[in-house]
Amino acid sequence: MVTPLAPRRPPSSAPKATRRAVLGAAASGAFLLGFHAPLGRSVQAQDADSAFNAFIRIDRDGAVTLIIPQVEMGQGIYTALAMVLAEELDADWSRVSVAHAPENGRLYGNPLLGEQITGGSSSVRAFWTPMRQAGARARACLVKAAAERWGAPPQALRTEAGVVIHPASGRRLTYGALAAHAATLSPPSAPSVKSPRDFRLIGKPLRRLDTPTKTDGKARYGIDALPEGVKFATLRISPVLGGRVARVDPAPALATPGVRQVVVLEDVVAVVGDHMWAAKRGLDALDIVWDDGPNARVDTDLIWRRLREASRRTGAIARDDGDAETALAKGPGRAFTAEYEMPLLAHTCMEPLNCTVDVRADGVEVWIGTQVMTRVRAIVAETTSVPIEKVKINQHLIGGGFGRRLEADMAGWAARIAMQVKGPVKVVWTREEDVRQDYYRPAYHDILWARVRKGRITAWKHRVTGSAIAARYAPVAYKAGIDPDGVDSARDMPYNIADARVEFVREEPPGIHTGWWRGVGPNNNVFAIESFIEELARRARQDPIAFRLAHLDRAPRLRSALALAREKSGWDQPLPARCGRGVAVQGAFGSFIATVVEVAVDDHGEVRLRRVTSCVDAGVVINPNSVIAQLQGGLIYGLSAGLYGEITLKDGRVQQSNFHDYRALRIDQTPPIEVHLIPSGEAPGGIGETGTTASVAALRNAVYAATGVALRQMPVKAKAIAKGVRL
Amino acid sequence: MMTIKVNGEIKHADVTADTPLLWVLRDVLGLTGTKFGCGVAQCGVCTVHVAGKPVRSCVLPIGAVGQREVVTIEAIGEQPNGAKIQKAWLDLEVIQCGYCQSGQIMAATALLNQTPVPDDSDIDAAMAGNLCRCGTYVRVRQAIKHAAAEV
Repeated sequence: MVTPLAPRRPPSSAPKATRRAVLGAAASGAFLLGFHAPLGRSVQAQDADSAFNAFIRIDRDGAVTLIIPQVEMGQGIYTALAMVLAEELDADWSRVSVAHAPENGRLYGNPLLGEQITGGSSSVRAFWTPMRQAGARARACLVKAAAERWGAPPQALRTEAGVVIHPASGRRLTYGALAAHAATLSPPSAPSVKSPRDFRLIGKPLRRLDTPTKTDGKARYGIDALPEGVKFATLRISPVLGGRVARVDPAPALATPGVRQVVVLEDVVAVVGDHMWAAKRGLDALDIVWDDGPNARVDTDLIWRRLREASRRTGAIARDDGDAETALAKGPGRAFTAEYEMPLLAHTCMEPLNCTVDVRADGVEVWIGTQVMTRVRAIVAETTSVPIEKVKINQHLIGGGFGRRLEADMAGWAARIAMQVKGPVKVVWTREEDVRQDYYRPAYHDILWARVRKGRITAWKHRVTGSAIAARYAPVAYKAGIDPDGVDSARDMPYNIADARVEFVREEPPGIHTGWWRGVGPNNNVFAIESFIEELARRARQDPIAFRLAHLDRAPRLRSALALAREKSGWDQPLPARCGRGVAVQGAFGSFIATVVEVAVDDHGEVRLRRVTSCVDAGVVINPNSVIAQLQGGLIYGLSAGLYGEITLKDGRVQQSNFHDYRALRIDQTPPIEVHLIPSGEAPGGIGETGTTASVAALRNAVYAATGVALRQMPVKAKAIAKGVRL
Repeated sequence: MMTIKVNGEIKHADVTADTPLLWVLRDVLGLTGTKFGCGVAQCGVCTVHVAGKPVRSCVLPIGAVGQREVVTIEAIGEQPNGAKIQKAWLDLEVIQCGYCQSGQIMAATALLNQTPVPDDSDIDAAMAGNLCRCGTYVRVRQAIKHAAAEV
């Protein structure tokens, strides 16, 4: 089924799910624009296309459509996975276009995460092998078809850029000419994939497929969906989690020009109008009286108090090598301990949360950009009590995910509102609502203990206290009191220490949801570990890089990255007064990165970024241009958090509301950022979150180097620098 | 009924005069290339040109536009500097999620119109109002210089 399009309105994108959909679109006059325009390619619908598997279609004219299971939210995944498929398929890259996969966990589920989900920097790691095999299988069928046509043995044929060639006779057939026949052949179960030295596409900085329409306004995000007859709504959810609408008089909203309807549900009020301004003005005109409920008195102090108290408990043991307790209690050398805290953080994707829902007699249609199509479909089905097969999800480009769109709540709210509205309704959150109703990066309290003898750490203990997001999100992963994400990069920290123990204490904050945030668990653990290592190095009067290298004897890829960072950052060059360089290393997400941040701190404690250098071994790199962009951007996302990010609560309400009080780095605050990729033949590592995780500890350590103040809490605050602990 | 000139065409919208230009463009005229980000002129994703100047359409009432011509991302490529910026954006692969990039491109085009060869401080001044959560700033800066250097 394809959405009918209003003539004067640009179409919204819808996945090309079936041959029927293609013909339907052509018949209705939309002619595939609805799907292909957002990505700047077109396909000739009158030509037969042949589906080789869930990921590959080839038209008679040779156009190749690759169906990408992972959603594009800026990370370049449409291009990266298309490159992997096209590489093994030996497709003509100039004829390749991509399509969003429809919701289908069986065909498009993420093998690493077990459902159709884009997150955890997993896309390339999860699909590297399946995509290579899918491409190779389709190629084998094309070769087989040509071999049958020519009566030649398949091994006598070769392929290049969309053509099968028989070198002995000089005969050639295009993939388009072979597609219909080839698609009927059964592919080999274990196709041979290329040797990396034969790669034509992988490793090249190819142009992204999704960017042309992002320069001219044609790209369609969820917020751009305009199904025929759509109305516009905005909502106010109870400002205190668990609160209820006590009373509200809808009259002032209904008197606002352009307002059509006021929807009052148990815990949310929405105003529906002819456009967002009508809806927003109408909502602002309402005097909603809330019954705040049990969380009315939650504030940030309470959250911290509980976290700190919980951190005194012994946690569930995630790692226990040797005898850390004894070694810490009475081993030789000096004992150290320090405690670190990370604040609650919002995501603030540039595209505010939104979801468009049309509840009809024959089913429900949804327009959204989401990292979790399956969950969106499920929550809409459940909310509307419509069988799941009658819920259609139209996936869109995402204007920033960062983990916020791993939740499906915005679809749930929109579905509840849409059930009260006749025809499609687009529910767009104001920025204020987006900031105040987030699933926040948890606050964490970490305690670290170590014993150091003659410049060598002999014993180590790390206790992480915080929310167990997995216990809510993926309960099956939460076992024996350990959230695997909560101890990610702590349990497997890179330093070689014989007696080492890692514990996790679960403590859920009251009055607030927690959720995934770019960099997930390693954000906290890399920050705590790299801050503590820095303090140990300086207490031991050692160069921070040399001290780390001495403990990285079992981490050769990190050693290389760190040695390169020393060189590229100018680590050994002198700096002016009040300037400093900080370093951090991490092996999270299967990538190995060393980062040096250089700062200047003025007499008032204000921090200015001077320069950032990151050296990364990310294994085989599919598109180096995209990987560098992801690292630059990830570093900036982390530096924004390190410098400014903090959500606070008072009277159960989040106090921040928009970009003036929940700040992010701007171009005039962003220093030169150099990224160096280390050539590697190892399996590809994740890269979407790597820079974010890498940056905060390096920033903190740079402030430490510049001022002698060892900050123990993020974000960096001028006042804390002035009053901080000097080591 | 309000009347404005957008991308060379006269358009009518049945809205009150206080309605921000942004919502007229997006929700009434279907020109969704101009984005909503904050509603309070803090992020710049809604940047359009009014009489050649970059403005935040989320806080500009349509009643204040008057006869002045509005140009949006959908038509900026018809102007020489707009086309140069779009090309530079692709040549340097500036874009990630792309949501803020309509505003970045509009602001950068206005900068080139005003200052054909901007230096770093010109770029800072012209672009600091345009937030990007993907963190494309390093390439935004490079691409503006790249476009300025194109003959």
